[in-house]
Amino acid sequence: MAFTGLFLITFLIVHAGVNACIFLNDGGETFKDIAHFMSHNWILRFLEIGLFATLILHMIQGLMLWSQNRKARPVAYHVTKANENSKWYSRSMGILGTLLLLFLIMHMAHFFVGTKIALYGGDKPHDLFEEMKTVFSVWYIVALYMVGLIALFWHLLHGFQSAFQTFGLNHKRYTPIIKAMGAGYTVIICLLFALMPLAFYFGWIR
Amino acid sequence: MEHYNMNLTLKIWRQKNSKTAGTLETYNVKDISSEMSFLEMFDVLNEQLIVTGDDPIAFDHDCREGICGQCSMHIDGRAHGPWTNNTTCQLHMRAFKDGDTIVVEPWRSKAFPVIKDLVVDRGAFDRIMQAGGFVSVNTGNAVDANSIPIDKKDADNSFMAASCIGCGACVATCVNSSAMLFVSAKVSQLALLPQGAPERESRVLNMVAQMDKEGFGNCTNTYACEAECPKGISVSNIARMNREYLSAGLSTES
Repeated sequence: MAFTGLFLITFLIVHAGVNACIFLNDGGETFKDIAHFMSHNWILRFLEIGLFATLILHMIQGLMLWSQNRKARPVAYHVTKANENSKWYSRSMGILGTLLLLFLIMHMAHFFVGTKIALYGGDKPHDLFEEMKTVFSVWYIVALYMVGLIALFWHLLHGFQSAFQTFGLNHKRYTPIIKAMGAGYTVIICLLFALMPLAFYFGWIR
Repeated sequence: MEHYNMNLTLKIWRQKNSKTAGTLETYNVKDISSEMSFLEMFDVLNEQLIVTGDDPIAFDHDCREGICGQCSMHIDGRAHGPWTNNTTCQLHMRAFKDGDTIVVEPWRSKAFPVIKDLVVDRGAFDRIMQAGGFVSVNTGNAVDANSIPIDKKDADNSFMAASCIGCGACVATCVNSSAMLFVSAKVSQLALLPQGAPERESRVLNMVAQMDKEGFGNCTNTYACEAECPKGISVSNIARMNREYLSAGLSTES
């Protein structure tokens, strides 16, 4: 979980960084250039396969954990006050992950499928910037993206620091730094992503 | 601290044996002193049950001074009750108010089957210890104290890990019933000392293998175990065990 999680965390930096180019407000020119480069570079195509493999592995590991952990307590407690000893989101990674999967299915239908059809079968190059404009002009889609990002926020807030503990890094001096970095990463990534649909919806970007 | 008496409603898990299903039964106790320990309150209740010809409630207890780890009770949704760094025998009735309803359940984990009422079989912990939680030494005369130099920091960390009393609160409180805090404390106490060095690699591999075999869940780093451990064992031990496991797995040949 930790290894695949950290890989996905790294991917999100690239994803957020590239997409943040829309904020240059140049009619999406820079963004389109990078998108074109990314869809026509074989190294990135290769990495994309790795990304999907990692994502699927992350889900399989999650499902295995979920099923093993469920079996480990066949009779449930009548009363538990788990909030007094741990954070709710650290115990809800499976549910948050499932929400993220549902979000991802919607997200890929919006932006991945069209891009790929254009890349391998279409006659004209795909304009991802225009597609973002169209998708994010509908209020309930924007709302669904916000829900997805809220799930991502809590998932990352636990996942980032948890990965380091799994790898055996727990230190009086460095663990607080890792936790602060995880919180900073989570806030920045989620805010950046959240601003994108909002910016299109409210017309901040043209 | 002001002394007071209280009347309580208790909902206690009754289960005949590991084969039958259990239920929560309701009992009332009167004039319980705020200075009693939780187990003394149970003694009062059991006296009542014996007088009325009922089956007294089975529960584990031994030293009653917070060091043996026997008194496994999940009280009002928390392992060992509402106080932190505390065992059930050291939980005093001043933690409760007159008229309170208290729910008492056994540790719940597949690896800790209920033997009767609140008594669970923690033999899984013993088998994990047998798999590697020891050092092999030649018998003979006792070696001089302080003949092996040990860094003070390592000695302190080892001692802190060794303060684990094997009560099972970590498993009971973990949302996944994971035994990682217990196993990591036992691995750490020996991994930090030169005496533990010869068997260092096989120890962590064997103990983790036995842990998995017993049917405990997996650690997802919620850190609930550290919060509920009566001895305040730190989750940094889990990180140390992960390091030990990783490096042992990479370097052993078998």
